[in-house]
Amino acid sequence: MVKPLLGQGSIIDGFRIEECIHRGGMATLWSVSCPDLTMPMLMKVPKLGEGEDPAAIVSFEMEQMIMPRLSGVHVPKFVAAGDFAVLPYIVMERIGGETLLSRIGSLPLPYSDVVDIGVKAAAALNDLHRQHVIHLDVKPSNLMFRPSGEAVLLDFGLSHHVQLPDLMQAEFRVPFGTAPYMAPEQLLGTRDDPRSDLFALGVLLYFFSTGERPFGESETVWGMRRRLWRDPVPPRRLNPDFPPWLQEVVLRCLESNPAWRYPTASQLAFDLSHPDQVKLTARSERLRRDPLTAVLRRRFNTDLTRPSGPPALGARLASAPIVAVAVDLADEYADLNDALRRTAARILTPLPSARLACISVLKLGRMTIDTALDEDGHNKHIDRLVALRHWAEPLKLDADRLTVHVIEAIDPASAVVKFVQDNRVDHVIIGARQNSLQRKLLGSVSAHVAATAPCTVTVVRPPRVVEAPEPVDGGPAR
Amino acid sequence: MLVAIFADIHANRQAFGACLAQARGYGAERIVLLGDYVGYGADPEWVVLEVMDLVGKGAVAVLGNHDNAVDNAREQLNAEAQVVIEWTRGELGLPERKFLANLPLTRDEGDRLFVHSEASDPGKWIYVTSAGEAARSIVATSADATFCGHVHRPAVYCMSGTGKMTAFTPVSGVPVPLLPGRRWLAVLGSVGQPRDGNPAASYLMWNTDRREITYCRAPYDVEQAAARIRKMGLPTWLADRLFVGR
Repeated sequence: MVKPLLGQGSIIDGFRIEECIHRGGMATLWSVSCPDLTMPMLMKVPKLGEGEDPAAIVSFEMEQMIMPRLSGVHVPKFVAAGDFAVLPYIVMERIGGETLLSRIGSLPLPYSDVVDIGVKAAAALNDLHRQHVIHLDVKPSNLMFRPSGEAVLLDFGLSHHVQLPDLMQAEFRVPFGTAPYMAPEQLLGTRDDPRSDLFALGVLLYFFSTGERPFGESETVWGMRRRLWRDPVPPRRLNPDFPPWLQEVVLRCLESNPAWRYPTASQLAFDLSHPDQVKLTARSERLRRDPLTAVLRRRFNTDLTRPSGPPALGARLASAPIVAVAVDLADEYADLNDALRRTAARILTPLPSARLACISVLKLGRMTIDTALDEDGHNKHIDRLVALRHWAEPLKLDADRLTVHVIEAIDPASAVVKFVQDNRVDHVIIGARQNSLQRKLLGSVSAHVAATAPCTVTVVRPPRVVEAPEPVDGGPAR
Repeated sequence: MLVAIFADIHANRQAFGACLAQARGYGAERIVLLGDYVGYGADPEWVVLEVMDLVGKGAVAVLGNHDNAVDNAREQLNAEAQVVIEWTRGELGLPERKFLANLPLTRDEGDRLFVHSEASDPGKWIYVTSAGEAARSIVATSADATFCGHVHRPAVYCMSGTGKMTAFTPVSGVPVPLLPGRRWLAVLGSVGQPRDGNPAASYLMWNTDRREITYCRAPYDVEQAAARIRKMGLPTWLADRLFVGR
């Protein structure tokens, strides 16, 4: 069969080839147009043929299989795929702007920029993991940002889809990925652990905030394997002003044991979004690497070089939800708050990786000017935080599983929903205040949250006392 | 075209009925039956008559080892299966037994092959439980896609252009694309006696236009199927295992 020649001006299945954007080792990218579609598009064509790396073919097969199954703002929109027997290609949405690679010249970036990149990239990874895909090649050249701010993940050629055959697994005896970013378990051949993506993102955050790669650039198998037992130089040793909380987060991502990292990308995003709530462990204080004796012990510990059993991606995401509980701290709701706590305990107890965010809304008057101090001069915000911790204390949660948040807002229901959206909360618990005057005047907060929150909502009611029926027609009441 | 493929019905009337109804609901236009219509279950006559009716209307059917054992005393089965086959002989009339005896071992349609066990030696009833056995079957045929049963546990295998094998346990309801340029072997789960820990009846839908296969599960009245086995005095373990899919 004669393969069609590809060049500017040629038409393939209705797509007109415009200029060449990029010629890479595995594929060429062309800008394309189509009379029926207005969005900017590009066509990815793999380098196939005699002498080419078979990896290029298999990775392209994987991408052709995975991309049509992805949706949402964090991936380029899939448009069309070409028949492998004629001309293999993928046409997809072209995201405007540059990849993160373009910022490598200006490293280190300010900490606030790095945190912003981390939050957005973790949100994108969470969305990808939710769609059963592990990226396995997170690095600056595979991350872009839409004008609206959301991170977009590119290139699924090395990705693993939990519900589809993994053609890459069979093909290669050497680990596949990008050397500086590859997680230790990837080096051992594990391709189905979503926490490998959190490791790669940790490398990116370390690199962008310090200007140094935590595990160097070695591409030899031996050089890459060192990360199995050798910990990176703590960022605070490189930059004395490196925030301890950020070191805590970055080093947790870079743990060689996946179980010691964040259980999910959304929990990582949560910590990056709430610096004051990050539990500071010994990681945050480290100023030097582990002593040689500890490194040698790890080096000759064969447990480290044995891949663990396959974790089920869906089960892992489901076992580590972010649960939020909205608590109204007024005394009149003591019964309701007990019921809320019991419900929270029922949800959290079987899920040791779940975390709880306690929210209290400090209602602002629509007309009045509020001050941060109450009549007696106490700081209302601080008082609320203390009261929330007191409410949560009987749950006996570890510090890294509990956060407290006071939100100032005019409309409590919208404030709760916004918190849920911004923090990718999986489950909201909220009380129904029955028969309150406030509810009669303002409508039900819990009903509004239940109707509009983009996740599961549990509405809690304390047991109600059954009232005796009213006597009928003024007859004698017995 | 939507093709519904069923394997290892094993005289389970309730399971087969549920699968047929579900597949028709999905719009199945063609039916393929991969053998072992009898054995283990208590309604061999109903199932074989149903299969004969489907074949009369254009369905494709191949022979399974239990079907072969009905009229062939030399066919060796495990002890429990042997007991049931002896009982089955007394349940089937001459036309049904003739129908089973005349079934072909394979059905070769050029780019696709239907067979009960595997393609390298279909009459030897070899189980495909690993990539090695799958590779042996794939190289023995020129078909791009082979469909078989016999194992009672769903599995998908493929061979790349360079001979590399990939093994995969399919997820129910999630379509698997049969990528061109590779050769595929789909091992079906069982309609009448699933053994993958899920008691629901298992079958496969193949969308030939989209080149996608989807493993489907149909829940059915296990209670009734098990009661029939006990009522007929067949080994009770054959009834018990239906509840757990083992």
